[in-house]
Amino acid sequence: MKFPKFVLEKRSQSPAWLRVALPFGAILLSFLFAAVIILFAKKNPLYAFYNIFYGALGTRLGLMETIVKATPLMLTGIAVTLAFTGKFWNIGAEGQLYAGALAATWIGIQNLSLPVPVYILLEILIGFAAGAIWGIIPGILKAKYKVDDVVTTLLMNTIMIYLVGAILEGPWRDPATSWPQSIMIARNAEFPKLLVRSRVHFGLILGIVVIFLVYILLKNTKLGFMIRTTGANKEAAYYLGINVTKTIILTAFISGGIAALAGVGEIAGLHYHLTENISPGYGYTGIIIAMLAGLSPIAVIFSSLFFGIIITGAEYMSRVTGITSFIANVVQGIILLVMLAMLLLQEYRIRRVE
Amino acid sequence: MKEIFSIGFLVGFFSATLRMATPLIIATLGETFSERSGILNLGIEGTMLFGSLSAFLVAYKTNSLWLGVIAAVISGILLSIIMAYMTVTLGVSQHVSGLGVTLFASGLSLFVYRQVIGSPSIPPTIQTFSTIPIIGLSKIPFIGQVLFNQYFLTYLAIILVPVCGFILFKTNFGLSLRSVGENPESADALGINVYKTRYIALIIAGGLMGLAGSFFTLAYFNMFLYGIVGGRGWVSIALVIFANWTPSRVLLGALLFGGVDAFQLRLQAIGFRIPYQFLLMMPYLLTIIVLVLVARRASYPASLLKPYRRE
Amino acid sequence: MEKVIVMEKITKTFPGVIANEDIDFYAYRGEIVSLLGENGAGKTTLMKILYGLYSKTSGNIYIKGKKVEIRSPKEAIDLGIGMVHQHFTLVNPFTVVENIVLGMEENGFILELDKAREKVISYMDRYSLHVDQDCRIDQLSVGEKQRVEILKVLFRNADILILDEATAVLTPQEIKDLFKTLKILKSENKTIIFISHKLNEVLEISDRIVVLRDGKVVGETTPFSSDKKSLAKMMVGKDVIDVISQKSKNIGEAILEVKNLSVLSERGHLALKGISFHVKSNEILGIAGVSGNGQKELEDVLAGIRKPISGEIYFNGKNITGKSPKSIIDLGIGRIPEDRMENGIVGDLTIYENLLIERFDCKPYCTSLFLNYKEIRKYAKELVKEFDVRTPSINILTSKLSGGNIQKVILARIFSRSPKFLLASQATRGLDVGATEYIHGKLIEARERGCGILLISEDLDEIINLSDRILVLYGGEIMGFAMRDELTREDIGLMMTGTRKEALSEIS
Repeated sequence: MKFPKFVLEKRSQSPAWLRVALPFGAILLSFLFAAVIILFAKKNPLYAFYNIFYGALGTRLGLMETIVKATPLMLTGIAVTLAFTGKFWNIGAEGQLYAGALAATWIGIQNLSLPVPVYILLEILIGFAAGAIWGIIPGILKAKYKVDDVVTTLLMNTIMIYLVGAILEGPWRDPATSWPQSIMIARNAEFPKLLVRSRVHFGLILGIVVIFLVYILLKNTKLGFMIRTTGANKEAAYYLGINVTKTIILTAFISGGIAALAGVGEIAGLHYHLTENISPGYGYTGIIIAMLAGLSPIAVIFSSLFFGIIITGAEYMSRVTGITSFIANVVQGIILLVMLAMLLLQEYRIRRVE
Repeated sequence: MKEIFSIGFLVGFFSATLRMATPLIIATLGETFSERSGILNLGIEGTMLFGSLSAFLVAYKTNSLWLGVIAAVISGILLSIIMAYMTVTLGVSQHVSGLGVTLFASGLSLFVYRQVIGSPSIPPTIQTFSTIPIIGLSKIPFIGQVLFNQYFLTYLAIILVPVCGFILFKTNFGLSLRSVGENPESADALGINVYKTRYIALIIAGGLMGLAGSFFTLAYFNMFLYGIVGGRGWVSIALVIFANWTPSRVLLGALLFGGVDAFQLRLQAIGFRIPYQFLLMMPYLLTIIVLVLVARRASYPASLLKPYRRE
Repeated sequence: MEKVIVMEKITKTFPGVIANEDIDFYAYRGEIVSLLGENGAGKTTLMKILYGLYSKTSGNIYIKGKKVEIRSPKEAIDLGIGMVHQHFTLVNPFTVVENIVLGMEENGFILELDKAREKVISYMDRYSLHVDQDCRIDQLSVGEKQRVEILKVLFRNADILILDEATAVLTPQEIKDLFKTLKILKSENKTIIFISHKLNEVLEISDRIVVLRDGKVVGETTPFSSDKKSLAKMMVGKDVIDVISQKSKNIGEAILEVKNLSVLSERGHLALKGISFHVKSNEILGIAGVSGNGQKELEDVLAGIRKPISGEIYFNGKNITGKSPKSIIDLGIGRIPEDRMENGIVGDLTIYENLLIERFDCKPYCTSLFLNYKEIRKYAKELVKEFDVRTPSINILTSKLSGGNIQKVILARIFSRSPKFLLASQATRGLDVGATEYIHGKLIEARERGCGILLISEDLDEIINLSDRILVLYGGEIMGFAMRDELTREDIGLMMTGTRKEALSEIS
C-alpha cells in the first residue's frame, strides 16, 4: 500500500536556521555530485574545486572577472526573484535580456549627441521598456486567459533570439566585416568603468541599486504587498479584495523590464555591440540564483556572486586542469535540482514508516 | 518564384518535411505519455540534447550506429528517472524540476563532449544512417520519393504513432495511465499505483526523447553541435497541446512544424528575401496563438502540474 | 439471520477529536440499515474504517463471521465491501464503461470494452441503473454519475454496499429510482448501509435504523416503532440549552435582500433554487441546516466569489449582484468565511499584514505608493489587544496561530470597520469553548451596534442561542422561517431534514 519507505510529514514549524542553512547544504551536496562526475573524467575533484575558487578569487584579474560575470546575473536573478514571489513563473528572462540588449544597441548606434549620463539614462529607460513589453505579453495571457506562463515565457525566448538573429544578419549586419554583429555603439553611450584595468562597469551599480529597489518594493509598497499576497495565496488574495489580474500583469511588466537591464548592461558596459552570443544563458541562471537565494532580494547579491565565481573560476580551472569549463553548466543544473529537493525540508520532515 | 512550384522543389520539400518532423514526432509522443500521466516534463530539451550526444559518442567510439541508438534511449531513460524522482517521489515543482533537468543535461552534454573529444579544429564526424528506399514502393513517382525513401528512424517515427495511440487508448495500461493524469485520487481509490504509473510514463517518455535526439547526430547531421536540438524540445511542449494530447494529431502537428522548417531552408537556398528567422519563428508564434485559443477549452489532463501525495 | 458485519467497540480518535467512541454496529445479511445523524456525528468516519480508508484506534471487525483487519480499500473490496462516496471517484473525460472497468484486477493488457460493455448493460438491466454507457462522465447528471458509482461497486462483486449521503444530490424522481435499485439489491440478499440525515427517506427504505450523535450510538430502532419526531429528537438531542442572548431590542429595516436566488454548485447541480429572504439591521438571521444543502453556495455568492445564475442581491437598496469581492468589502460588508485558511487569512503573511489586508490601500495605512508600517503596526497592536488575540507578537506568521486566534484576527479585521452587514459562516467550527463564547459575544455586540448578521452554522445550538429569526435550508430551498422562540428544537430538526414548516403540525 505504501510505495515509499520514508514518508514526508508536514512540519508544524520550520526552524529559522534551516532557511539559511539550506543553500549551503545544497551547494555542498551539489559539489559532491559534481565531484563524482569529475572522477568519471579521471581527474581530481578537489584540485578542480581549489582552482575554481583560486581562479575566481585568488587573482585581481579573476576577482574583476567574477564581478563582471555577476553583474548581469544580479539583474536576471532579481527579476526572476520578483516574478517568482508573485508566483509568475518567468522563464523568459533570457529573451527579455536580449530585448533590452536590442533596445540599448538601437539607441546606442543612433550616435546622439547627449551627455553621457543622459545617454545612459535613456538606454536604461528604453531597455527596460523593451523587456517590460516582452514580459507583459505572457503576463496578460496568464492573467486574462489563464495560459500557462512557463510555456509562453519559454516560447518568447526563442522568438526573441530569432528576431535578434534576423536583425543582426539583416539591417544591422556590420558592413565592415559582414559578420552578424552590430556596429559599435557611440562612445558617449558606454557605461563608465568602475575600476581601472578591469572590465567592471556601471552595470554593477545598476544591479545593486535595482536589487535594493526591489527589496523596498516588496517590503514597503502597496504593489509589493499585492505581489506577495497573490504569490502566497491567490484565492485568499482575491477573496480579500486584491486585484489579482492587475497584480500579475504588473509583476510580469516589472520583472521583464529588470531582466532587460541585464542586457543593457552587457551591451553598454561590456561588449559595446550586439552579437547573438552576449548571453550564455544568463536568463536561465537567473532562475537558479533566485532559487538558491530562497527568493530573498538581499541574498540574490550573494547568490549571483557565487555563480560569478563558478563561471569565472571554471574558465581558469579548465586551463589549468584540462577539465572543460562546461563543468560550471553541469554544476548549475545540479544546484537547481538539489536546492529544489532540499526546499522540501522546510515544509516536511522525513520519517521512517514500516 | 516559379521554382517553388516545380516538381523538384516540391518533392524535396515534402521529403524534407517528413525528415525534419521525425524528431518532433518521437519526442512529442514521449511528452504526451508524460503529460497524460500528469507530469509536465520540461526536461525534454536537455534530454534530447543528451540523447544526441550519447548517440554520437557511442557511435563514434564503437563504429556502430545501432549501439548509438540504444545509448540514446538509455540516457533518456536515466534522465527521466531523475525527473520522476523529483516530481513523483518528492513531489516538487514540475516546472523547476524540468528546467533543472534540461540545464543539467545540457551542461552535461557539453561537458562530456569536450572532455572526450576536446576541441580539434575539425570536429569529428561519423558515417550516418543512409536513407532506406523501400523496394518497389520507392519507385512510385512523387509519392515514392517522398514517403518511401527515408531514414529508418523516420519510418520508426511513423509506426510509433499508431503504436502509441494503441497503448494509450486500447490497453488497460493506457486507461490507468490516463486516469492517473485526470484524477489521481480516483485512480488511487481504485487500487491503481499512482507513483508507479507515473514512473513508467516518464521512463517511456525519456526513452522516446533520447531516441528523438539520436536522429540529429545519427541521421540528419553527422556531428554533434551544441545547438543541434535548437529549441525543438520547446516546440514539442507546444505541439502536445496543439495535438490535444493525442498521437494521431501529434503526427499532423509535427508535419506542420516540420514543414515550416523545411520550407525556410528551401527559401534560403533559392535566395528568398525574407530573413529565414521570421519563418523559424512561425511555429512558436503559432503555438502561443493556439495556447490562447485553446486555454479555456483545452482538455488538459486535469491533474497536470499537481503533485500527488496521499494524505 | 446472519450478521455479515459486526463492528465491536470501535473507537477512532484524530488529534484532539474523538470521532467514534466505543461504537457497536452490526448489519444482517440482506437488510438495509440506515446510519442516521447530524454532520460530525461520526457516521462517515465509521464507514471509512469499514472500507479501509481510515484505521481504527481500537475495536474489532468481523466480516461474515471472520475477524479481519481492513487496511485499504483494496482489502475491503476483496471482502465484498463497496462504498459509494459523497464525492465521486470518477474520471471525467472517460466514458461510463471505461470508468467501471478502470483498475480492475482481472484486466488483461488489452482493453476489452466490448465485452465489458455487454456485462455493464446486463447489470444495468438487472439493477435498474440505467445510464447511457458510452456517454462521457462529464456529460451525465449528478444522479446518473451516482448510478455509475453503484455499478462500479457491483461490478467488483460487492455484496455489502455503503452509500454515504447518496440522496444529497438527487431529484425526488431519482431518489425513487435509487430506492427501486436498493430493493432489487436487497432481494439478491445484498446488505446495504445507508448513511443519511434525511428522515423521510430513512423511514421509507430502512429495515433498521441506528442513530449516532457526537461519535456514539444513541439509539437503534425500526421504521415501524419510530417516527420523524422521535428520530429527530435522538439525532439532535434532548438537552435544553439555556438561551444565552437577549432578544434584539430595535430591529431595523432590511439591510440585505435576496430575491429568487439560484446558484449552481461546483459539481454542477442546482444548489439554491430561487430562494428569497432579507436580513434587517440589529438582527441576527440564523440559517439552520445540515451542511451541503446550499449554504456554501449562498456564502460564496454573498462574498462575491461566485455568480448566481439568476436572482438579485440588494444591500441597502443597492443592487450588488455579481460584484467583485473588493466592491463588497468597500461597501461595508464583513465576511467570516467558512474556510478560514483558504479564504480568511493568508497564512504566510504576518498578523499585522492580515489585519490590514482588506484596507492596505486606505489612509492612513498608506501613502500614494508606500505602506505606512508605523500606522499599520500601531493599529494592529490595538486590534490584537482589543480582540484578545493570544500571540507573542504581531510579527509572527498567521498560520502559526491556533484556530481560535486566527478567527479572532479575522473578526478583528472585520469589526474594525464597523460593518453594516456581516456574513458569518461556521464562525466557531473547531474552536474551544472559550473562543466560541468570545466570538458569540462579539456577534451580539455587533448586532447591538446596528449590524445585520446572517449566521450560517451547522451547530443548531449556536443558531438557536444567537438568532432573532431562523431560516431553515434544506435541498436548496427554504423550509420555513421562525422567530426565535416560536418552534421547539425537535421541530427545527424536522425542518432541517425535509419537513416544511406548514407540514409540521401533521407530524406531531
